[in-house]
Amino acid sequence: MIKIHNLSKIYKTKSGSVKGVDDVSLTVHEGEIYGIVGYSGAGKSSLLRCINLLERPTSGTITVDGIDLTSLKGEKLRLARLRIGMIFQHFYLISQKTVYENIAFSLKAAKTPANLIKARVEELLEMVGLTDKRDVYPAQLSGGQKQRVGIARALTNNPTVLLCDEATSALDPTTTKSILDLLKRINKELNITIVLITHEMKVVKEICNRMAIMQEGKVIEEGTVYDTFADPQTELTKEFIKSVVSFELPDAILNKCQGTIVKVMFKGDVAGEGIVSDMLKQFEVKGNFLHGSIEYIQEAPLGIFVMELMGESEETNKALQFIENRSAQVEVLRDGV
Amino acid sequence: MGFDFNHLIELIPDINQAFFETMYMIAISLVVAIVIGLPIGILLYVTDKGLFLENRWVKNTAGFVVNMVRSVPFIILLVALIPLTEFLVHTTIGPAAASVSLSVAAIPFFARIVESAFREIDKGVIEAAIAAGATPWMLIKDVLLLEARSGIVSGITLTLISLVGFSAMAGVVGGGGIGDLAIRFGYYRYDNTIMIATVVILIVIVQLIQIFGDLITKVVDKR
Ligand SMILES: Nc1ncnc2c1ncn2[C@@H]1O[C@H](COP(=O)(O)OP(=O)(O)OP(=O)(O)O)[C@@H](O)[C@H]1O
Ligand SMILES: [Mg+2]
Repeated sequence: MIKIHNLSKIYKTKSGSVKGVDDVSLTVHEGEIYGIVGYSGAGKSSLLRCINLLERPTSGTITVDGIDLTSLKGEKLRLARLRIGMIFQHFYLISQKTVYENIAFSLKAAKTPANLIKARVEELLEMVGLTDKRDVYPAQLSGGQKQRVGIARALTNNPTVLLCDEATSALDPTTTKSILDLLKRINKELNITIVLITHEMKVVKEICNRMAIMQEGKVIEEGTVYDTFADPQTELTKEFIKSVVSFELPDAILNKCQGTIVKVMFKGDVAGEGIVSDMLKQFEVKGNFLHGSIEYIQEAPLGIFVMELMGESEETNKALQFIENRSAQVEVLRDGV
Repeated sequence: MGFDFNHLIELIPDINQAFFETMYMIAISLVVAIVIGLPIGILLYVTDKGLFLENRWVKNTAGFVVNMVRSVPFIILLVALIPLTEFLVHTTIGPAAASVSLSVAAIPFFARIVESAFREIDKGVIEAAIAAGATPWMLIKDVLLLEARSGIVSGITLTLISLVGFSAMAGVVGGGGIGDLAIRFGYYRYDNTIMIATVVILIVIVQLIQIFGDLITKVVDKR
C-alpha cells in the first residue's frame, strides 16, 4: 500500500521556483492498478518519481508498505528501493550490457548469491517472453522488447510496487496492448501494486481500477475508473474521457432532429434497452437512437445512449423521470424545437 | 643540405633509441594519467549537482585544481616542475624526468575527458539503475564506466596523441626522445635528414595511435 500525504515538490530554477507537485494526498491500495492522468507538465512524473525518492519531496511524506520513505537516506533508502520496481517511457537499459546482464544487474544490487542469479534471470525472461533474446544487446531489440526487459529488471527482486512512467507512450498500439496485458498479468499473478502515469485515457480505461487526474501539480479528481467515466466532475476529466468515449453527433444529424436530445447512461448490469422500450410503451413519446455503445470498464458495462425523444414536453419529462427512477442517468443535451 | 640516405642509415641507432625513449615516456605518462586521472574524472562527475554523490565542496576543489594545472602551458610546467622531478626521480634530464611533467599534464587532461564522456550518458540510465537499487560502486562500475567505455577509449587515444606532442617538447629541456633528437640534430646542427625523419616518425606514430584507437572504440561499443 502506498500512502502519499500532503506531498509537494518545488523545483528551484534560475528563473524562479516551479511547483511540480502541489499538496497531493493519495492512497493506493494493495493489489490495485492506479492510473494518474494529466497533460504534459501536470506533474505526473514528478509525483511518481517522488514515490521512490528519485526526486526528494520538498514537503510531505510517502509511505510504502508501512515504511516512511521520506525518512530514509543512503543505504536504507537503497534497500527500500529494491522492493519498488520502476519502468520508463524510454526504457533506460544499460546499452553496453546484454539483456541477461541488464536483468542480473538488479539481482546484484540485492546481493543475490551468484549461483542463484542464472535461474532467476531465466525465469524472468520466460515470464516476459524473451528467452531467445537472452544474449542480445538492447540496440538489437524493438521498443516493446526493450520495455519487456525493463519490466523483467523491475521485477527481479520481487517488489510489492511497480511504478510506470509513461511505459507505453513510445510504443505502437499493438505493442502497447501487449505490454498492458503483461502488466495486468503481473498485477494479478504476482499481486504487485501498479501505479502508472499516462496522458492516454485509453490506457487507464484498459487496465486501471482507480485513477487520479492531475492539473498544475494538483490532483483535481480521484476515484474508481468506472465512476470517473460514468460521472466525471471536472471539465478536464470530461475532456480526457471524450478522447476514448465520444458521443459527438454530426451537425447534419443534429439539424434534422426536432425532438429533445438526451444522453442516457446505464451503469452496471442494468438492462438499458429494456428500460428504454418500457418507457416508450408507457408514455406518449417516440424515440430515436442517434448514438450508443456499451463500454466495458474493468469488465463492468457502462451503457451510454444518445436519443431523440419526440412528444409533448410534459410527456417527455415524465418519460425522462421514469428512466431516472430506474437507476439511470439522464442529461438533456438539447431541448426540443 | 637535403635528405641524405646514408646519413640516415648512420643515425639509425640514435633514432632507434629516441623512438624507444619516446615510447617509454608516453607509456609511463599514460599509465599515470589513467590511474590517477580516471578516479579524478569519476569524482568530478559524481559529485556534480543532482548526481548520486553530489558534493559541492569536493566538486569545486577538484575542478579548481584540474583547471589550475591545465591553465599552465606545458613548456612552463616542464620548468616549474623541476623540483618535483628532482625529488621523485633524482635527476632532471632524460626520459624518466620528462615523464613526471608529462604525467602531471596528462592527469587533468584525461580527467576532463573522462568527465565529459560520462556527460554523454543519458541521465535516465543512471536514474533507472538508482531506482533498481544499485549501490554507488555499481553505478560507477556497471553504469558509468561501462556506458562511457567507448568515449573513454577515444579519450585515451586523444591523450596519447597529445602526449606524443608534449613528449617532443620535453626534448627542449633534455628530456630525451624524438623531440630531443630533432633539437640536437635538426635545430642545432641544421641536419635536415634527421628533421625529416623525426617528422615522419611522429606522423606515423600519431596515425597508428588514431587508427588503433578508433578500431578499439568501435569494437567496445555495443550500441
Ligand atoms: N528537474 C526539474 N527542474 C525544474 N523543473 C522541473 C523539473 N522536473 C519537472 N519540472 C517542472 O515541473 C512541472 C511538472 O513536470 P512533470 O515532468 O512532472 O510533468 P508531467 O506531467 O510528467 O509531464 P509529461 O507528460 O510531459 O511528462 C513542469 O512544469 C516542469 O517544467
Ligand atoms: Mg512525465
